[in-house]
Amino acid sequence: MSDPDPATEEPVAPDSAPEPEMLHGAPVTYSRDQRVAHPNREQLVPMVRTLRDEGWIMCLDVAGVDYLAHPRADVAEGIAPERFEVVVTLISHHLRERLRLRVQVPESDPVVPTLFEVHPGTEAMEREVFDLFGISFDGHPDLSRILMPEDWQGHPLRKDYAIGRIPVQFKDAPSR
Amino acid sequence: MTIAEHNTNDTPGHHDGTHLTSEGAQEMDRRAFSGGVEVLREVGSVLRLSEAEAGADATDDAETTIINMGPQHPSTHGVLRLMLELDGETVLRTKPVIGYLHTGMEKTGETLTYLQGGTNVTRMDYAAPIFNELVFSLAAEKLLGLKLPPRAVWIRMLLCELNRLTSHFLFLATNGMDLGSSSMMIYGWREREEGLRILEMITGLRMNHNFVRVGGTAADLPDGWQERLSTYLESIPARLEEYEVLMTNQPIWRDRLQGVGTISTEEALALGATGPILRSTGYAWDLRREMPYLAYDEVDFDVIVGTYGDCFDRYAIRLNEIRESMKILWQCIENMPAGDYRMQDKKVTPPPRARIDESMEALIHHFKIFTEGFKVPEGEVYVAIESPRGELGCYLVSDGSAKPYRMHIRGPSFVNLQVLPHLMHGRLLADAVAIISSVDPIMGEVDR
Repeated sequence: MSDPDPATEEPVAPDSAPEPEMLHGAPVTYSRDQRVAHPNREQLVPMVRTLRDEGWIMCLDVAGVDYLAHPRADVAEGIAPERFEVVVTLISHHLRERLRLRVQVPESDPVVPTLFEVHPGTEAMEREVFDLFGISFDGHPDLSRILMPEDWQGHPLRKDYAIGRIPVQFKDAPSR
Repeated sequence: MTIAEHNTNDTPGHHDGTHLTSEGAQEMDRRAFSGGVEVLREVGSVLRLSEAEAGADATDDAETTIINMGPQHPSTHGVLRLMLELDGETVLRTKPVIGYLHTGMEKTGETLTYLQGGTNVTRMDYAAPIFNELVFSLAAEKLLGLKLPPRAVWIRMLLCELNRLTSHFLFLATNGMDLGSSSMMIYGWREREEGLRILEMITGLRMNHNFVRVGGTAADLPDGWQERLSTYLESIPARLEEYEVLMTNQPIWRDRLQGVGTISTEEALALGATGPILRSTGYAWDLRREMPYLAYDEVDFDVIVGTYGDCFDRYAIRLNEIRESMKILWQCIENMPAGDYRMQDKKVTPPPRARIDESMEALIHHFKIFTEGFKVPEGEVYVAIESPRGELGCYLVSDGSAKPYRMHIRGPSFVNLQVLPHLMHGRLLADAVAIISSVDPIMGEVDR
C-alpha cells in the first residue's frame, strides 16, 4: 500500500541528462510524456503565431494557476518560477498532438500579452483567467469579468482568497 | 495548407504548405491561416459593451437598438443572456453574458479529494455527466500512471456512448421545442428518459452518477444489462425514422434551419469551436477517431460531418451520431471483456465490501481511503475526450497531496458560445432561437 508505483516515476526523470530540448527559443520539458514548452512573456505571442503557421491551428485552452502554496520543481532549467502561471494548450490536427505552453507571470506585474490576435477564440478564456486570477492580458479587446459579477472585489481562484465556510450547528463547534 | 490536407495527409513533415498536391506547390494559403482574425474583424459581430455603456446608449436616438434576451428566456437553455444589437429585426452584434450559474466548481475542486472530485465535476455538464467524471478520472490516472483492466475501459465506453445518446436526444427535444415542434420535444424526452433508466439501473442514479472513478468504475454492470440495453437499442431505429418524417423531411423544418447560422471551417478553428459545430463545416475531427482514448480504436464507427456549417447540418450530425453511438453500444454488448471492473491497486481502490467484514486491515484501508484519500504524485497533465459538445479537457495540477492543487475543466460549451455572435450576424431575430439551440450550450458547463 505504501510503496509508490515505480511506473509513475520513470517518465519524469530522464529529461535531466541530455542537452535541453528547445522549441522556438523556449526550453521544453515532458510531463507524463506530454510536451510542455516554457516561453517567457515576450516570446509567447510570436511563438504561438509561428506555431500556428506550422500547423498548431487551434488554441484549445488558456488556464491560470496560482502557485502561491506550492513551490514546484517542474519548471524548465533557466526559467525562474513565479507565483502565477498561464497555461496555453495548442493542438495540431495534422500531427495529432497537443502542446502546452507554460508562461511564468510575476505577482508584481501580472500582465501577459493577449493571444487574441492569433487565436480570437482565446477571448473568453483570457477573460476567465483575468476574472478569477487577476492576470491582465495586454491588448485584449474586452478585458472584463466574465463569470463573477461586474462589481466583484477580488479574484476567487487565487490561493489567498478564502473559500468561506458554513457554520456547523453543534454545541461545541466554533461558531464562526 | 488547406483543410482537406489537414485531414487526409497522414505523413507528418509537410507543414510548410509546399508539395501538398499532385500539381505541385500551392501558391496561396487559405485566408484563415494567414490571419483568421482579419476575417472575423471584418464581420465585426461581437458586441463588446458593458451594462453601463449600453444604458448610456439607450438615450440617444441611434438607428440601432440594443435589446436583452434572457437569462430567463425559455429558448436560452438555462441562464444564458444575450445582449443583441438590432437594426430593425436584423441582428448586428451580439454579446453573450454568462456567469449566472457560476458556483466556483473549480475552486471547490481544490478542496475535495480525488475520490470526492467526481461528485463535483459530474455536475458541470449535467446533460453528459459521465464525460465529466471520465475526463477527471483519466487526468488523475495519467498523473498516477495507472493502467486499467479492459473491462473497466469497456464499461466506461459503454456508459459514455449511452450518455451521448441521452444527451443528443435532449438536444433533439429542445431543438424541436425551440422551433415549435412540441411533439418532438415529447418524443425526445421520452427516448432520453428510457436511456436514463438504463443509466440508473447501472449506476444507481439518473444523473450526476459519480460512477466513473479513479481506477475504474464504482461497481460492475448489473445482471441482465445486455437484455435491457438491447431492448432499448432495438426500439430506437424505428423512432429515428419517425424523427426523419417529423423533422428532417419536413419543409418547414428545413426552411427554418437550412442556410441559417452558417460558419466556415476557418472561423470555427480560429474561435476554438469543437464537436458538432466544427464537424458541421465538413471538417472531420473527432477525438474518438483522431486521438483515440479508452478502446475507441477497437470499435467500428463513422465520424459524421456536414457540408454547409448551418443549423441543419448540426441537427443532422447529432441525429446521425445517435446511430453511430448505437453501433458502438452493440459492439460493447458483444465484446464486453470479462474481468475486473476496477484495478486492484490498493493505493487507489477500496477493498471489496466482503473483505471489510472479515479483515481488520481491509476495514482500516477502506476507512483511510474514504477519509484521507490517496496521494497523487506531483505533476500536471491535460487530458481531453470527445464529449457530445466537443473537446472536454481537464487540466490537473497535483502538489503530491490527496487533493488537486488546481483542477481546470475546459468546457466545450464555454468555448463554443463564442461562435454565437458570428452565427447570428445579419440574421433575423427569429433565427436567433434556432441558432442558440443548434450550438447546444449547457450552462452548467459554461459557468462551472
